[in-house]
Amino acid sequence: MSILSVKNLSKSFGKLEVLNDISFNVEQGEVISIIGPSGSGKSTLLRCINQFEKIDSGECEICGITMTRNDENGKAVYADNKTLHDIRLKIGLVFQNFNLFPHMSVLKNITEAPVHVLKQDKAQAEQTAMELLGKMGLADKANEYPCNLSGGQQQRVSIARALALSPELLFFDEPTSALDPELTGEILKVIKSLAEEKMTMVIVTHEMQFASEISDRVIFMDGGYVIENGTPDEVFNNSQNERTRQFLERYHS
Amino acid sequence: MINYQKIKEELNMTGEQIMKVTGILLENLIPTLKIFGFTLLFSIPLGLIVAALKMCRFKPISWLTNLYILIMRGTPLMLQIIVVYYALPFLKTAAKGSGGFVESLLSGVDPAAESFMFTMVIIAFVLNYAAYFAEIFRGGIESIPRGQYEAAAALGMTKAQTFFRIILPQVIKRIVPASSNEVITLVKDTSLANVVAYSEIMLAAKQQMMNYSSLVPLFIAGVFYFVMATVLTALFGFIEKKLNYYR
Repeated sequence: MSILSVKNLSKSFGKLEVLNDISFNVEQGEVISIIGPSGSGKSTLLRCINQFEKIDSGECEICGITMTRNDENGKAVYADNKTLHDIRLKIGLVFQNFNLFPHMSVLKNITEAPVHVLKQDKAQAEQTAMELLGKMGLADKANEYPCNLSGGQQQRVSIARALALSPELLFFDEPTSALDPELTGEILKVIKSLAEEKMTMVIVTHEMQFASEISDRVIFMDGGYVIENGTPDEVFNNSQNERTRQFLERYHS
Repeated sequence: MINYQKIKEELNMTGEQIMKVTGILLENLIPTLKIFGFTLLFSIPLGLIVAALKMCRFKPISWLTNLYILIMRGTPLMLQIIVVYYALPFLKTAAKGSGGFVESLLSGVDPAAESFMFTMVIIAFVLNYAAYFAEIFRGGIESIPRGQYEAAAALGMTKAQTFFRIILPQVIKRIVPASSNEVITLVKDTSLANVVAYSEIMLAAKQQMMNYSSLVPLFIAGVFYFVMATVLTALFGFIEKKLNYYR
Protein backbone atom coordinates (compact mmCIF):
# COMPACT_ATOMS: atom_id res chain seq x y z
CA MET A 1 0.00 0.00 0.00
CA SER A 2 1.28 3.43 -0.87
CA ILE A 3 1.63 5.95 1.94
CA LEU A 4 0.66 8.67 -0.49
CA SER A 5 -1.00 8.34 -3.84
CA VAL A 6 -1.80 11.34 -6.02
CA LYS A 7 -3.68 10.88 -9.28
CA ASN A 8 -4.33 13.57 -11.88
CA LEU A 9 -4.23 16.44 -9.42
CA SER A 10 -4.96 19.85 -10.94
CA LYS A 11 -5.20 23.23 -9.33
CA SER A 12 -5.55 26.74 -10.65
CA PHE A 13 -5.69 30.18 -9.10
CA GLY A 14 -8.28 31.87 -11.28
CA LYS A 15 -7.00 31.48 -14.83
CA LEU A 16 -3.49 30.57 -13.78
CA GLU A 17 -3.02 26.81 -13.82
CA VAL A 18 -0.41 26.07 -11.19
CA LEU A 19 -0.68 22.28 -11.10
CA ASN A 20 -1.50 20.19 -14.14
CA ASP A 21 -2.42 16.55 -13.98
CA ILE A 22 0.08 15.64 -11.27
CA SER A 23 0.42 11.94 -10.45
CA PHE A 24 2.90 10.20 -8.20
CA ASN A 25 3.14 7.65 -5.41
CA VAL A 26 5.18 7.52 -2.23
CA GLU A 27 5.84 4.06 -0.81
CA GLN A 28 6.53 3.17 2.79
CA GLY A 29 10.06 4.17 3.81
CA GLU A 30 10.80 6.09 0.63
CA VAL A 31 12.49 9.47 0.51
CA ILE A 32 11.33 11.64 -2.37
CA SER A 33 12.78 15.00 -3.28
CA ILE A 34 10.81 17.47 -5.34
CA ILE A 35 13.02 19.91 -7.22
CA GLY A 36 12.33 22.57 -9.80
CA PRO A 37 12.57 26.31 -10.42
CA SER A 38 10.63 28.86 -8.38
CA GLY A 39 7.02 29.02 -9.47
CA SER A 40 7.06 25.46 -10.76
CA GLY A 41 4.32 24.50 -8.31
CA LYS A 42 6.32 22.41 -5.83
CA SER A 43 5.19 24.33 -2.78
CA THR A 44 1.62 24.55 -4.01
CA LEU A 45 1.57 20.78 -4.49
CA LEU A 46 2.70 20.33 -0.92
CA ARG A 47 0.14 22.86 0.31
CA CYS A 48 -2.61 21.01 -1.57
CA ILE A 49 -1.73 17.68 0.00
CA ASN A 50 -1.69 19.38 3.40
CA GLN A 51 -5.14 20.90 2.84
CA PHE A 52 -3.99 24.52 2.85
CA GLU A 53 -5.19 24.89 -0.73
CA LYS A 54 -8.26 23.29 -2.27
CA ILE A 55 -7.59 21.28 -5.40
CA ASP A 56 -9.85 21.49 -8.46
CA SER A 57 -9.66 17.88 -9.49
CA GLY A 58 -7.75 14.74 -8.74
CA GLU A 59 -7.64 11.83 -6.33
CA CYS A 60 -5.46 11.85 -3.23
CA GLU A 61 -5.07 8.97 -0.87
CA ILE A 62 -3.01 9.04 2.31
CA CYS A 63 -2.32 5.72 4.05
CA GLY A 64 -5.23 4.22 2.19
CA ILE A 65 -7.65 6.92 3.35
CA THR A 66 -9.28 8.89 0.55
CA MET A 67 -8.83 12.64 0.91
CA THR A 68 -10.35 13.62 -2.44
CA ARG A 69 -12.00 11.76 -5.27
CA ASN A 70 -13.46 13.01 -8.52
CA ASP A 71 -17.21 13.28 -9.02
CA GLU A 72 -18.84 12.48 -12.36
CA ASN A 73 -17.88 15.94 -13.68
CA GLY A 74 -14.23 15.42 -12.79
CA LYS A 75 -14.38 17.88 -9.87
CA ALA A 76 -12.57 16.99 -6.67
CA VAL A 77 -14.82 16.06 -3.74
CA TYR A 78 -13.26 16.16 -0.28
CA ALA A 79 -13.84 13.60 2.47
CA ASP A 80 -15.78 14.66 5.59
CA ASN A 81 -14.09 16.81 8.24
CA LYS A 82 -13.39 13.96 10.62
CA THR A 83 -11.55 12.04 7.91
CA LEU A 84 -9.64 15.14 6.84
CA HIS A 85 -8.58 15.65 10.46
CA ASP A 86 -7.39 12.03 10.69
CA ILE A 87 -5.41 12.47 7.48
CA ARG A 88 -3.81 15.62 8.84
CA LEU A 89 -2.45 13.72 11.81
CA LYS A 90 -0.86 11.14 9.51
CA ILE A 91 1.24 13.84 7.87
CA GLY A 92 3.91 15.86 9.64
CA LEU A 93 4.89 19.18 8.12
CA VAL A 94 8.11 21.16 8.48
CA PHE A 95 7.93 24.73 7.24
CA GLN A 96 10.49 26.89 5.56
CA ASN A 97 10.12 29.53 8.29
CA PHE A 98 9.81 27.01 11.13
CA ASN A 99 6.59 28.60 12.44
CA LEU A 100 7.31 27.70 16.02
CA PHE A 101 4.96 29.17 18.61
CA PRO A 102 7.03 32.06 20.02
CA HIS A 103 5.14 32.30 23.31
CA MET A 104 5.82 28.69 24.25
CA SER A 105 9.02 27.07 25.43
CA VAL A 106 10.69 24.52 23.18
CA LEU A 107 9.23 21.68 25.25
CA LYS A 108 5.73 23.16 25.17
CA ASN A 109 5.97 23.65 21.40
CA ILE A 110 6.49 19.92 21.06
CA THR A 111 3.96 18.70 23.65
CA GLU A 112 1.16 21.11 22.70
CA ALA A 113 -0.40 18.93 20.00
CA PRO A 114 0.14 15.52 21.66
CA VAL A 115 -1.51 16.83 24.85
CA HIS A 116 -4.32 18.90 23.37
CA VAL A 117 -5.01 17.12 20.09
CA LEU A 118 -4.16 13.48 20.83
CA LYS A 119 -5.12 13.93 24.53
CA GLN A 120 -1.94 12.23 25.64
CA ASP A 121 -0.93 12.26 29.26
CA LYS A 122 1.26 15.33 29.88
CA ALA A 123 4.10 13.43 31.56
CA GLN A 124 4.17 10.90 28.76
CA ALA A 125 4.15 13.63 26.10
CA GLU A 126 7.01 15.41 27.86
CA GLN A 127 9.02 12.20 28.01
CA THR A 128 8.53 11.63 24.29
CA ALA A 129 9.43 15.28 23.62
CA MET A 130 12.64 14.98 25.64
CA GLU A 131 13.61 11.85 23.72
CA LEU A 132 13.03 13.67 20.44
CA LEU A 133 15.00 16.69 21.63
CA GLY A 134 17.82 14.38 22.63
CA LYS A 135 17.82 12.93 19.15
CA MET A 136 17.99 16.45 17.73
CA GLY A 137 20.87 17.29 20.07
CA LEU A 138 18.78 19.93 21.84
CA ALA A 139 17.99 18.30 25.19
CA ASP A 140 19.52 21.27 27.01
CA LYS A 141 17.25 23.74 25.20
CA ALA A 142 13.92 22.31 26.41
CA ASN A 143 13.09 25.34 28.53
CA GLU A 144 14.37 28.01 26.15
CA TYR A 145 12.07 30.13 24.04
CA PRO A 146 12.38 29.90 20.25
CA CYS A 147 13.68 33.48 20.00
CA ASN A 148 16.82 32.41 21.88
CA LEU A 149 17.68 29.67 19.39
CA SER A 150 19.56 29.84 16.11
CA GLY A 151 17.64 29.19 12.89
CA GLY A 152 19.07 25.70 12.64
CA GLN A 153 18.05 24.91 16.21
CA GLN A 154 14.56 26.30 15.61
CA GLN A 155 14.19 24.11 12.55
CA ARG A 156 15.27 21.04 14.51
CA VAL A 157 12.65 21.87 17.15
CA SER A 158 10.03 22.11 14.44
CA ILE A 159 11.08 18.70 13.12
CA ALA A 160 10.74 17.31 16.66
CA ARG A 161 7.33 18.98 16.94
CA ALA A 162 6.16 17.26 13.75
CA LEU A 163 7.57 13.91 14.85
CA ALA A 164 5.83 14.11 18.24
CA LEU A 165 2.56 13.16 16.56
CA SER A 166 4.20 10.00 15.11
CA PRO A 167 3.23 10.79 11.53
CA GLU A 168 3.35 8.17 8.78
CA LEU A 169 4.76 10.70 6.37
CA LEU A 170 6.90 13.77 6.87
CA PHE A 171 6.82 16.73 4.48
CA PHE A 172 9.57 19.34 4.30
CA ASP A 173 8.87 22.63 2.56
CA GLU A 174 12.33 23.99 1.67
CA PRO A 175 13.57 23.27 5.19
CA THR A 176 16.93 24.98 4.70
CA SER A 177 15.96 27.98 2.54
CA ALA A 178 15.72 30.36 5.51
CA LEU A 179 19.08 29.23 6.91
CA ASP A 180 22.57 30.37 6.12
CA PRO A 181 24.82 27.69 4.58
CA GLU A 182 26.55 26.94 7.87
CA LEU A 183 23.28 25.99 9.53
CA THR A 184 21.98 24.07 6.52
CA GLY A 185 24.27 21.15 7.30
CA GLU A 186 22.79 20.40 10.69
CA ILE A 187 19.28 20.12 9.25
CA LEU A 188 20.42 17.89 6.41
CA LYS A 189 22.13 15.67 8.95
CA VAL A 190 18.88 15.28 10.88
CA ILE A 191 16.95 14.43 7.70
CA LYS A 192 19.60 11.90 6.79
CA SER A 193 19.32 10.18 10.16
CA LEU A 194 15.53 10.06 9.76
CA ALA A 195 16.04 8.45 6.35
CA GLU A 196 18.22 5.80 7.95
CA GLU A 197 15.33 5.02 10.31
CA LYS A 198 13.15 4.48 7.23
CA MET A 199 10.95 7.51 7.86
CA THR A 200 8.82 8.17 4.79
CA MET A 201 9.62 11.70 3.63
CA VAL A 202 8.83 14.13 0.84
CA ILE A 203 11.28 17.02 0.64
CA VAL A 204 10.81 20.14 -1.45
CA THR A 205 14.32 21.48 -1.79
CA HIS A 206 16.87 23.49 -3.71
CA GLU A 207 19.77 21.47 -2.28
CA MET A 208 20.59 19.41 -5.37
CA GLN A 209 23.62 17.66 -3.93
CA PHE A 210 21.66 16.66 -0.87
CA ALA A 211 18.64 15.54 -2.91
CA SER A 212 20.81 13.28 -5.04
CA GLU A 213 22.48 11.74 -1.99
CA ILE A 214 19.48 11.07 0.16
CA SER A 215 16.56 10.41 -2.20
CA ASP A 216 15.20 7.15 -3.45
CA ARG A 217 13.46 9.11 -6.17
CA VAL A 218 13.58 12.65 -7.45
CA ILE A 219 10.65 14.47 -8.99
CA PHE A 220 11.46 17.41 -11.24
CA MET A 221 8.63 19.90 -11.70
CA ASP A 222 8.34 22.80 -14.08
CA GLY A 223 5.41 25.04 -15.04
CA GLY A 224 2.99 23.01 -12.95
CA TYR A 225 3.89 19.68 -14.56
CA VAL A 226 5.85 16.71 -13.30
CA ILE A 227 8.58 16.57 -15.94
CA GLU A 228 10.52 13.70 -14.47
CA ASN A 229 10.13 11.12 -11.75
CA GLY A 230 13.05 8.73 -11.34
CA THR A 231 16.06 7.69 -9.34
CA PRO A 232 18.61 10.41 -8.57
CA ASP A 233 20.94 8.86 -11.12
CA GLU A 234 18.27 8.95 -13.84
CA VAL A 235 17.31 12.56 -13.14
CA PHE A 236 20.67 14.10 -12.27
CA ASN A 237 23.04 12.24 -14.56
CA ASN A 238 21.13 10.66 -17.39
CA SER A 239 18.15 12.88 -18.01
CA GLN A 240 16.81 12.67 -21.56
CA ASN A 241 14.72 15.77 -20.95
CA GLU A 242 15.99 19.07 -22.31
CA ARG A 243 14.28 21.17 -19.63
CA THR A 244 15.71 19.06 -16.77
CA ARG A 245 19.22 19.28 -18.15
CA GLN A 246 18.91 23.03 -18.59
CA PHE A 247 17.74 23.46 -15.01
CA LEU A 248 20.45 21.24 -13.53
CA GLU A 249 23.21 22.87 -15.56
CA ARG A 250 22.60 26.15 -13.84
CA TYR A 251 23.11 24.45 -10.49
CA HIS A 252 26.26 22.64 -11.48
CA SER A 253 27.95 25.66 -12.97
CA MET B 1 -3.04 95.22 34.93
CA ILE B 2 -3.33 91.79 36.48
CA ASN B 3 -5.15 91.86 39.76
CA TYR B 4 -2.88 89.65 41.90
CA GLN B 5 -4.99 90.25 44.95
CA LYS B 6 -7.98 88.74 43.12
CA ILE B 7 -5.99 85.69 42.03
CA LYS B 8 -4.83 85.17 45.56
CA GLU B 9 -8.43 85.28 46.79
CA GLU B 10 -9.48 82.72 44.19
CA LEU B 11 -6.82 80.28 45.21
CA ASN B 12 -6.96 80.95 48.89
CA MET B 13 -8.28 78.10 50.98
CA THR B 14 -7.29 77.14 54.49
CA GLY B 15 -5.60 73.81 55.10
CA GLU B 16 -8.68 72.62 56.90
CA GLN B 17 -10.88 73.50 53.91
CA ILE B 18 -8.51 71.72 51.56
CA MET B 19 -8.64 68.59 53.72
CA LYS B 20 -12.42 68.76 53.73
CA VAL B 21 -12.65 69.10 49.94
CA THR B 22 -10.12 66.28 49.50
CA GLY B 23 -12.32 64.10 51.71
CA ILE B 24 -15.39 64.86 49.61
CA LEU B 25 -13.51 64.10 46.39
CA LEU B 26 -12.19 60.91 47.94
CA GLU B 27 -15.78 59.78 48.56
CA ASN B 28 -16.46 60.43 44.91
CA LEU B 29 -13.50 58.34 43.88
CA ILE B 30 -15.64 55.24 44.32
CA PRO B 31 -18.24 56.09 41.64
CA THR B 32 -15.37 57.13 39.34
CA LEU B 33 -13.67 53.79 39.86
CA LYS B 34 -17.02 52.04 39.37
CA ILE B 35 -17.42 53.60 35.93
CA PHE B 36 -13.82 52.73 35.12
CA GLY B 37 -14.07 49.11 36.30
CA PHE B 38 -17.45 48.24 34.81
CA THR B 39 -16.54 49.84 31.49
CA LEU B 40 -13.40 47.69 31.21
CA LEU B 41 -15.23 44.59 32.42
CA PHE B 42 -17.81 44.77 29.64
CA SER B 43 -16.11 46.68 26.83
CA ILE B 44 -13.14 44.31 26.49
CA PRO B 45 -15.18 41.13 25.82
CA LEU B 46 -17.63 43.15 23.70
CA GLY B 47 -14.67 44.61 21.80
CA LEU B 48 -13.45 41.09 21.06
CA ILE B 49 -16.88 40.19 19.68
CA VAL B 50 -17.04 43.40 17.62
CA ALA B 51 -13.55 42.66 16.22
CA ALA B 52 -14.71 39.16 15.25
CA LEU B 53 -17.84 40.59 13.57
CA LYS B 54 -15.77 43.12 11.66
CA MET B 55 -13.51 40.34 10.37
CA CYS B 56 -16.58 38.26 9.43
CA ARG B 57 -16.43 37.08 5.83
CA PHE B 58 -20.17 37.66 5.41
CA LYS B 59 -19.92 41.24 4.13
CA PRO B 60 -23.21 42.78 5.44
CA ILE B 61 -22.18 41.94 9.02
CA SER B 62 -18.75 43.43 8.46
CA TRP B 63 -20.30 46.60 7.00
CA LEU B 64 -22.78 47.01 9.87
CA THR B 65 -19.95 46.61 12.36
CA ASN B 66 -17.95 49.19 10.45
CA LEU B 67 -20.87 51.61 10.66
CA TYR B 68 -21.13 51.05 14.42
CA ILE B 69 -17.41 51.71 14.89
CA LEU B 70 -17.60 54.77 12.64
CA ILE B 71 -20.43 56.29 14.70
CA MET B 72 -18.83 55.49 18.05
CA ARG B 73 -15.49 56.94 17.04
CA GLY B 74 -16.97 59.74 14.95
CA THR B 75 -19.14 61.40 17.62
CA PRO B 76 -18.17 62.75 21.04
CA LEU B 77 -18.52 60.41 23.99
CA MET B 78 -20.22 63.24 25.88
CA LEU B 79 -22.93 63.38 23.23
CA GLN B 80 -23.34 59.61 23.36
CA ILE B 81 -23.77 59.68 27.13
CA ILE B 82 -26.46 62.35 26.86
CA VAL B 83 -28.32 60.49 24.08
CA VAL B 84 -28.27 57.16 25.92
CA TYR B 85 -29.31 58.82 29.15
CA TYR B 86 -32.28 60.69 27.69
CA ALA B 87 -33.47 58.00 25.28
CA LEU B 88 -35.61 56.04 27.75
CA PRO B 89 -37.11 59.04 29.58
CA PHE B 90 -38.08 60.48 26.18
CA LEU B 91 -39.68 57.19 25.19
CA LYS B 92 -41.50 57.10 28.52
CA THR B 93 -42.97 60.56 27.92
CA ALA B 94 -43.95 59.59 24.39
CA ALA B 95 -45.60 56.36 25.53
CA LYS B 96 -47.50 58.03 28.35
CA GLY B 97 -51.20 57.18 28.35
CA SER B 98 -50.87 54.63 25.58
CA GLY B 99 -51.48 51.92 28.17
CA GLY B 100 -49.49 49.50 26.09
CA PHE B 101 -46.69 47.12 26.77
CA VAL B 102 -44.07 49.83 26.24
CA GLU B 103 -45.60 52.08 28.89
CA SER B 104 -45.63 49.36 31.52
CA LEU B 105 -42.10 48.40 30.58
CA LEU B 106 -40.88 51.98 30.98
CA SER B 107 -42.90 52.76 34.09
CA GLY B 108 -39.91 51.96 36.28
CA VAL B 109 -37.64 54.43 34.50
CA ASP B 110 -36.66 57.22 36.85
CA PRO B 111 -34.07 59.57 35.32
CA ALA B 112 -33.20 61.00 38.73
CA ALA B 113 -32.43 57.61 40.25
CA GLU B 114 -28.79 56.92 40.91
CA SER B 115 -29.04 53.34 39.59
CA PHE B 116 -30.66 54.44 36.33
CA MET B 117 -28.02 57.12 35.83
CA PHE B 118 -25.23 54.67 36.49
CA THR B 119 -26.65 52.02 34.14
CA MET B 120 -27.03 54.49 31.29
CA VAL B 121 -23.55 55.92 31.81
CA ILE B 122 -22.07 52.42 31.75
CA ILE B 123 -23.99 51.50 28.59
CA ALA B 124 -22.69 54.60 26.80
CA PHE B 125 -19.11 54.04 27.96
CA VAL B 126 -19.14 50.34 27.08
CA LEU B 127 -20.57 50.95 23.59
CA ASN B 128 -17.95 53.63 22.96
CA TYR B 129 -14.93 51.83 24.36
CA ALA B 130 -15.84 48.50 22.75
CA ALA B 131 -15.46 50.21 19.36
CA TYR B 132 -11.95 51.41 20.20
CA PHE B 133 -10.93 48.10 21.75
CA ALA B 134 -12.33 46.24 18.73
CA GLU B 135 -9.97 48.12 16.44
CA ILE B 136 -7.02 47.40 18.71
CA PHE B 137 -7.91 43.70 18.86
CA ARG B 138 -8.42 43.48 15.12
CA GLY B 139 -5.05 45.08 14.47
CA GLY B 140 -3.46 42.64 16.89
CA ILE B 141 -5.14 39.58 15.43
CA GLU B 142 -4.30 40.57 11.86
CA SER B 143 -0.66 41.12 12.77
CA ILE B 144 -0.13 37.44 13.63
CA PRO B 145 1.60 35.74 10.68
CA ARG B 146 -0.38 33.20 8.67
CA GLY B 147 2.30 30.60 9.41
CA GLN B 148 1.07 30.39 13.00
CA TYR B 149 -2.40 29.34 11.83
CA GLU B 150 -0.90 26.88 9.36
CA ALA B 151 1.43 25.33 11.94
CA ALA B 152 -1.51 24.86 14.30
CA ALA B 153 -3.65 23.39 11.52
CA ALA B 154 -0.88 21.01 10.47
CA LEU B 155 -0.74 19.78 14.07
CA GLY B 156 -4.46 18.99 13.95
CA MET B 157 -5.58 21.77 16.30
CA THR B 158 -9.19 22.91 16.05
CA LYS B 159 -10.07 26.52 15.20
CA ALA B 160 -10.94 27.24 18.83
CA GLN B 161 -7.70 25.70 20.10
CA THR B 162 -5.74 27.65 17.51
CA PHE B 163 -7.34 30.93 18.53
CA PHE B 164 -7.25 30.57 22.30
CA ARG B 165 -3.96 28.71 22.70
CA ILE B 166 -1.83 30.05 19.83
CA ILE B 167 -3.19 33.34 18.48
CA LEU B 168 -4.74 35.14 21.47
CA PRO B 169 -1.69 34.90 23.80
CA GLN B 170 0.44 36.49 21.09
CA VAL B 171 -2.21 39.12 20.36
CA ILE B 172 -2.32 40.14 24.04
CA LYS B 173 1.40 40.86 24.06
CA ARG B 174 1.14 42.96 20.93
CA ILE B 175 -1.84 45.05 22.04
CA VAL B 176 -0.64 45.98 25.52
CA PRO B 177 0.87 49.35 24.49
CA ALA B 178 -2.21 50.42 22.50
CA SER B 179 -4.55 49.18 25.24
CA SER B 180 -2.69 51.07 27.94
CA ASN B 181 -3.36 54.26 25.98
CA GLU B 182 -7.05 53.46 25.89
CA VAL B 183 -7.28 52.55 29.57
CA ILE B 184 -5.49 55.72 30.67
CA THR B 185 -7.81 57.78 28.47
CA LEU B 186 -10.75 56.01 30.09
CA VAL B 187 -9.73 57.02 33.60
CA LYS B 188 -9.92 60.66 32.51
CA ASP B 189 -13.04 60.16 30.37
CA THR B 190 -14.98 59.01 33.46
CA SER B 191 -15.25 62.74 34.23
CA LEU B 192 -17.70 63.05 31.30
CA ALA B 193 -20.35 61.29 33.40
CA ASN B 194 -20.92 64.64 35.13
CA VAL B 195 -22.93 65.83 32.09
CA VAL B 196 -25.88 63.77 33.29
CA ALA B 197 -25.24 64.84 36.88
CA TYR B 198 -23.88 61.48 37.91
CA SER B 199 -21.82 62.36 40.92
CA GLU B 200 -18.20 61.45 40.53
CA ILE B 201 -14.95 63.34 41.13
CA MET B 202 -15.45 65.98 38.43
CA LEU B 203 -19.01 66.87 39.46
CA ALA B 204 -18.00 67.06 43.12
CA ALA B 205 -15.01 69.25 42.28
CA LYS B 206 -17.19 71.66 40.32
CA GLN B 207 -19.64 71.87 43.21
CA GLN B 208 -16.83 72.57 45.68
CA MET B 209 -15.37 75.14 43.32
CA MET B 210 -18.64 77.11 43.49
CA ASN B 211 -18.97 76.44 47.18
CA TYR B 212 -15.61 78.02 48.03
CA SER B 213 -15.36 80.35 45.01
CA SER B 214 -11.94 78.83 44.50
CA LEU B 215 -10.11 76.94 41.78
CA VAL B 216 -8.30 74.77 44.32
CA PRO B 217 -10.90 71.92 44.27
CA LEU B 218 -10.26 71.57 40.53
CA PHE B 219 -6.53 71.28 41.17
CA ILE B 220 -7.19 68.59 43.76
CA ALA B 221 -9.37 66.75 41.23
CA GLY B 222 -6.52 67.05 38.73
CA VAL B 223 -4.15 65.45 41.23
CA PHE B 224 -6.61 62.56 41.67
CA TYR B 225 -6.69 61.85 37.92
CA PHE B 226 -2.95 62.30 37.64
CA VAL B 227 -2.28 59.78 40.41
CA MET B 228 -4.67 57.23 38.87
CA ALA B 229 -3.06 57.64 35.44
CA THR B 230 0.41 57.27 36.96
CA VAL B 231 -0.57 54.08 38.77
CA LEU B 232 -1.99 52.67 35.51
CA THR B 233 1.14 53.65 33.60
CA ALA B 234 3.27 51.79 36.13
CA LEU B 235 0.92 48.80 36.01
CA PHE B 236 1.10 48.56 32.21
CA GLY B 237 4.85 48.98 32.32
CA PHE B 238 4.93 46.00 34.67
CA ILE B 239 2.65 43.93 32.41
CA GLU B 240 4.79 44.74 29.37
CA LYS B 241 7.88 43.63 31.24
CA LYS B 242 6.16 40.42 32.35
CA LEU B 243 5.25 39.62 28.75
CA ASN B 244 8.78 40.25 27.58
CA TYR B 245 9.90 36.66 28.15
CA TYR B 246 9.80 36.15 24.41
CA ARG B 247 10.17 38.30 21.33
